Amino acid sequence: MAFDYDKYLRLEKMPTLWCWGCGDGVILKAFIRAIDKMGVKQDDVCVVSGIGCSGRFSSYVDFNTIHTTHGRTVAYATGVKLANPDKLVICVAGDGDALAIGGNHTIHGCRRNIDMTLIVINNFIYGLTNSQTSPTTPQGMWTVTQKVGNIDPTFDTCDLAIASGASFVARETMLDPKKLEKMLIKAMQHKGFSMAEVLSNCHINLGRKNGMKNAMENLEWIDSITVSKKKYDAMTPEEQLNLLPTGILKEDTDADEYCDLYAEVQKVHQGERKRITQDDFVKKI
Amino acid sequence: MADKIDLLDIEVWDGNMAASQAMRQAQIDVVAAYPITPSTPVVQNYSTFLANNQIDGEFVMVESEHAAMSGCVGASAAGGRVATATSSQGFALMCEVLYQASGMRLPIVMHVVNRALAAPLNVNGDHSDMYLGRDSGWIQADAFNAQEAYDLGLMAFKISEDHKVRLPMMIHQDGFMTSHTAQGVKTLSDDVAYNFIGEFKPMNAMLDLDRPATHGVQTEEDYHYEFKARQHHDLMTFAKAKTQEVFDEFETLTGRKYSMIQEYDMEGADIAIVCMGTSVETARLVATDMRTKGIKAGVIGIRIIRPWPFEEIKEALKDVKAVAALDRSSPNGALGMLYNELAGCLLQNAKPSILSNYVYGLGGRDLTKDNIKQVFTELKANADTGKLTTPTQQWISLNGEALNFF
Repeated sequence: MAFDYDKYLRLEKMPTLWCWGCGDGVILKAFIRAIDKMGVKQDDVCVVSGIGCSGRFSSYVDFNTIHTTHGRTVAYATGVKLANPDKLVICVAGDGDALAIGGNHTIHGCRRNIDMTLIVINNFIYGLTNSQTSPTTPQGMWTVTQKVGNIDPTFDTCDLAIASGASFVARETMLDPKKLEKMLIKAMQHKGFSMAEVLSNCHINLGRKNGMKNAMENLEWIDSITVSKKKYDAMTPEEQLNLLPTGILKEDTDADEYCDLYAEVQKVHQGERKRITQDDFVKKI
Repeated sequence: MADKIDLLDIEVWDGNMAASQAMRQAQIDVVAAYPITPSTPVVQNYSTFLANNQIDGEFVMVESEHAAMSGCVGASAAGGRVATATSSQGFALMCEVLYQASGMRLPIVMHVVNRALAAPLNVNGDHSDMYLGRDSGWIQADAFNAQEAYDLGLMAFKISEDHKVRLPMMIHQDGFMTSHTAQGVKTLSDDVAYNFIGEFKPMNAMLDLDRPATHGVQTEEDYHYEFKARQHHDLMTFAKAKTQEVFDEFETLTGRKYSMIQEYDMEGADIAIVCMGTSVETARLVATDMRTKGIKAGVIGIRIIRPWPFEEIKEALKDVKAVAALDRSSPNGALGMLYNELAGCLLQNAKPSILSNYVYGLGGRDLTKDNIKQVFTELKANADTGKLTTPTQQWISLNGEALNFF
């Protein structure tokens, strides 16, 4: 029997506002299947989104949802999680949302290692507002803000998350929905901050303006810049240069999770333990 | 050296393009911006000019509106001619830095394409962001159409950069209704426009190495109060006088007349609507209809919101029997801003007009001619009976149960 997505969707919001062929739909469906496989009750899930095409996520899925301001998903979600540590909190943001205007919140969410999953849908451009340079737009590409070619260096979303302290970091593409679904399950089941980067297409506002004639060519381009972590690790630095590894890039199950740490603070307040000192931590600085 | 554009006498531009062209003709040194609907095309067009070698200055897209206005403050403090554009949430995010710009007396020009403030999220036009900026120390001008966005976009540099004024200036236009609606716009040639605006002469520029300067230093109870009083003084006196002077010069050049308030059919008017944005033109159409029926109706459009044209409004309304203040922003627990500001003006008149307040158009809800006709009809009843015949505040065109307050 075909999977029943309707249970998880706000059907009155359908069809989506996304362009035909947009990867967001593939990601939305993979996310819904992942939640279904995890067997989590809809009422125990909170989806927090920001602004941009990805921001529509919170309107479409039938969970607890908050549509927030541009870039602030992780900040809002931190409040949600602290108030409801037993709920599954998922942030959905685009590359501009999570890495430019909200970059600060992203790195601090990673640093605290608070238990939530940040799905960054990276389509390498500001799609909704028609092709402005984002922090992941490849150098040399055409954008409306840099029509003679983008000179701005890029962020590697996953490297940024690893360096900032996220305990689970993975990357997949929308080309393989099954793999994506599995990765999202692992990310959401992981306790701690999970960065789940999903490379997606924007054939309308990136592809066709950069020599990719149709959606397929945009997908082929994504395929051409990605390689599994296993293959990537076996490559020389020269071979790795313009490739992004996919799969689980970091998984640290020992790292302290922020809500757990906060529970210790509450114990101090309630006289159940002495104050927290440096001796409580293995890695202090 | 940038290439010029040979503009037609009348170009078909929307409000965003009108703003972009005024920015291009001013030959700005630095534009720092971040995309946000519906003002995105202002800087997008500007970026096209840059790519076409029609601009000598620099354009940088930064990581947020906070960074955009911060970049503008830096560039202006360094001694450059600076402008940008934003809307709504972007404007709200800039707010902290708006006060920096005015406090540091930096003549930055900004096009604000008005849009509702979330939550709930809405990309359509209302004046929430305009109202949010009204205590920020910026000069605020309102364009009712694309032509005015262009004209004010040119005049803003001349007003703002005057050495006595040195205060930032924002030009408002209604999101989508003005910003995305194409109309005929009478243009100035690049040379005439630039000569009108004039070359930028920075004052207290940080990069004048013979006279190094510091901006934004800390003051406490010793001096902060005097500084703010001086800023207010300069806004009230120099900015206001310079605005009128530039309006007059612009009229001499183009024949297009601008004033602090734009009066329409106010001669002998018994009743009047006071409003802003695109509603002004709709109200004018209805006022004309009213006049043909023998009802002496007029319209006042607020052109300069800050510094507030207190004397001009007082004078214009002194013989008017009933006045409606139309606010396109949720007053959230009070009477609308326009109502309150007008009440202050009317209080000093010998025979204060009967004043009522209408909230309308939030989040892009249309204001129709019928809506305005209804307002004029109610104003006429107020004028005829000599008392307020409606609740003080009504919400126009609200679905569901009517809401009235005060």
